[in-house]
Amino acid sequence: MAGIGTLYNPPNPAETRILTWRFGKPNSWKIDTYLADGGYQTIMKALQMTQEQIIEEVKVSMLRGRGGAGFPTGLKWSFVPRSSPKPKYIVCNGDESEPGTCKDRLLIEFDPHQLIEGLMIAGHAMGSQHAYVYIRGEYRFLIEHLNGAIDEAYAAGVLGENIRGTGFTFHVHTHSGAGAYECGEETALLDSLEGKRGVPRMKPPFPAVAGAWACPTLLNNVETFSAIVPIIRDGGAKFLSYGVPKSGGTRLLCVSGHVHNPGVYEVPLGMDTMTFINGIAGGVKGGKLKALVPGGSSCPILTAEECQNLPMDYDSVAKIGSMMGSGGMVVMNEHTDMVAVALRIIKFYQHESCGWCIPCREGTTWLKKSLQRYADGGGSEADIDIINELAKNMLGRTFCALGDAAAMPTISLVTKFRSEFIEYLKKPRAAHHHHKHELVGIH
Amino acid sequence: MTFSPALEQRFEKMLKAYPEGKTRSAVVPMLIYAQDETGAVTEELILEVAKRCGVTRLQVDEVVGYYSMLHRKPQGKYHVQICTNISCMLVGGTELYEHCSKKLGIGHKETTPDGLFSLEEVECMGACSWAPTTTINYDYYNHVTPESLDKLLEDLRKANQ
Ligand SMILES: Cc1cc2nc3c(=O)[nH]c(=O)nc-3n(C[C@H](O)[C@H](O)[C@H](O)COP(=O)(O)O)c2cc1C
Ligand code: SF4
Ligand code: FES
Repeated sequence: MAGIGTLYNPPNPAETRILTWRFGKPNSWKIDTYLADGGYQTIMKALQMTQEQIIEEVKVSMLRGRGGAGFPTGLKWSFVPRSSPKPKYIVCNGDESEPGTCKDRLLIEFDPHQLIEGLMIAGHAMGSQHAYVYIRGEYRFLIEHLNGAIDEAYAAGVLGENIRGTGFTFHVHTHSGAGAYECGEETALLDSLEGKRGVPRMKPPFPAVAGAWACPTLLNNVETFSAIVPIIRDGGAKFLSYGVPKSGGTRLLCVSGHVHNPGVYEVPLGMDTMTFINGIAGGVKGGKLKALVPGGSSCPILTAEECQNLPMDYDSVAKIGSMMGSGGMVVMNEHTDMVAVALRIIKFYQHESCGWCIPCREGTTWLKKSLQRYADGGGSEADIDIINELAKNMLGRTFCALGDAAAMPTISLVTKFRSEFIEYLKKPRAAHHHHKHELVGIH
Repeated sequence: MTFSPALEQRFEKMLKAYPEGKTRSAVVPMLIYAQDETGAVTEELILEVAKRCGVTRLQVDEVVGYYSMLHRKPQGKYHVQICTNISCMLVGGTELYEHCSKKLGIGHKETTPDGLFSLEEVECMGACSWAPTTTINYDYYNHVTPESLDKLLEDLRKANQ
């Protein structure tokens, strides 16, 4: 077992380390090293700025949400009704459960004070005194680790009442999840935070207006809040300049699967996909590139051809019909069995469907059954169309985005790899995929 | 019901972390932290959490079935969880799970007769770049192979003789 503070993969000199620059320094997670590196000076700077100035700086940076949807952060911040007489809350999404994604945990492990400072700046900008960091239950070691950093911050007078005599009061609390992917969806997360089953809420009202305990709430991902520190420290324009005009800054990419150097790397938005895969990621392992999941398993899969000359920024990836998502890049070589991939992906979404709405609950179940039969060798060519149609019928008809998250990869797999699905039927039965996944859905 | 002094302290702090009157928020964290000491979510624990959070028994009971980490039956002393989701699957996670199942002689959500090990096939654990991933209780193990897993299980078995 790796101990706290040991890097999981060596950094690469070709990275642009804006959020992760302190990773790997001795005791980077301790407050004394953070203070020595200029930590908690950005909040002092922010306290000299007006709320509007901070929101404007975030808008200029073109920071877009790092949790999955890529919504412009500055715009989201401007939606929170700051003049409301109700208390306002900051909620940080550290649920990190989208398959392929493992970056938020590093930001908490190696630079927890950067996150705390980001939350404080958000607190000042929203007129809020409390932040709740929701962390998936499996990350117990991280909850304890962040609690340790929070305790340090209180002891140093960086958190609490009337911080450093500025009149600013701010508290940070951790909140443990208990195993449910759906709790990463923002409104389900809020219900979970309120002690209920993590089922999404009707929108509107959006969390900005009526979020935690029906009060105005700003909810962002761990990486999004962490990026606030360099943005306010060096200016929004500086952060923007690392990326491309509509996708500012850098992003933590989690590369996994068939590459020589799997790991989490910070790169500028707009970097060429193949340059990243062949350079920092060390190239495809075990054969040629066949397919790429660009940003977590809910994204439509890309073929090797689609990855050529593809800049990795929100709009370029959207233009070819996929998403930057959560930053989880899964690389597959030419020997990958796409039927097995499709089955495993749908298995996950069927297991995690909260069961609230029928198109998702029934749709994922039927897709899983159809794909399981197909994988077991009991399918026919007509099934490919049935699976495709079924998935298409889910799109846009579900209560939250999990339905789309299940349908989109499925549609892309059966259409882009249709010939492989057909070939699969000709294989002898023994060659078929036999592992009966044991996870059974709706809890 | 009382818990260890450290946990009692944690609960005291936790109940004050949420806005006034919103102690229902503590239900899920309280269950998961308490479960570590009680071994499972028992009826007694449900009633205790309901009392401490000022909610009904049903409001506690209904979340237990929703969250996959909360369990009503005790698990093995070492709960072995093997991820077979996409990133792990591509680098041998499925075979690792099957190997472990054979080795321990138990299937998904089963426990060895001596109560030492239980096994679970799990979804993505957030360690995809260092796959295949196994966790034992709350400890993460990266780049796990059938051989390294065998050694891990053997060491745990020896430590308990
Ligand atoms: C099913 C589902 C799961 C999600 N899981 C996560 C998650 O684990 N972490 C996360 O930050 N966002 C997740 N999201 C996105 C959140 O709903 C939300 O858009 C995001 O946390 C907002 O923060 P951002 O604007 O900083 O990205 C998920 C969305 C859906 C529909
Ligand atoms: S789309 Fe799926 S996860 Fe979302 S509310 Fe409907 S059933 Fe629940
Ligand atoms: S897919 Fe196994 S840890 Fe993410």
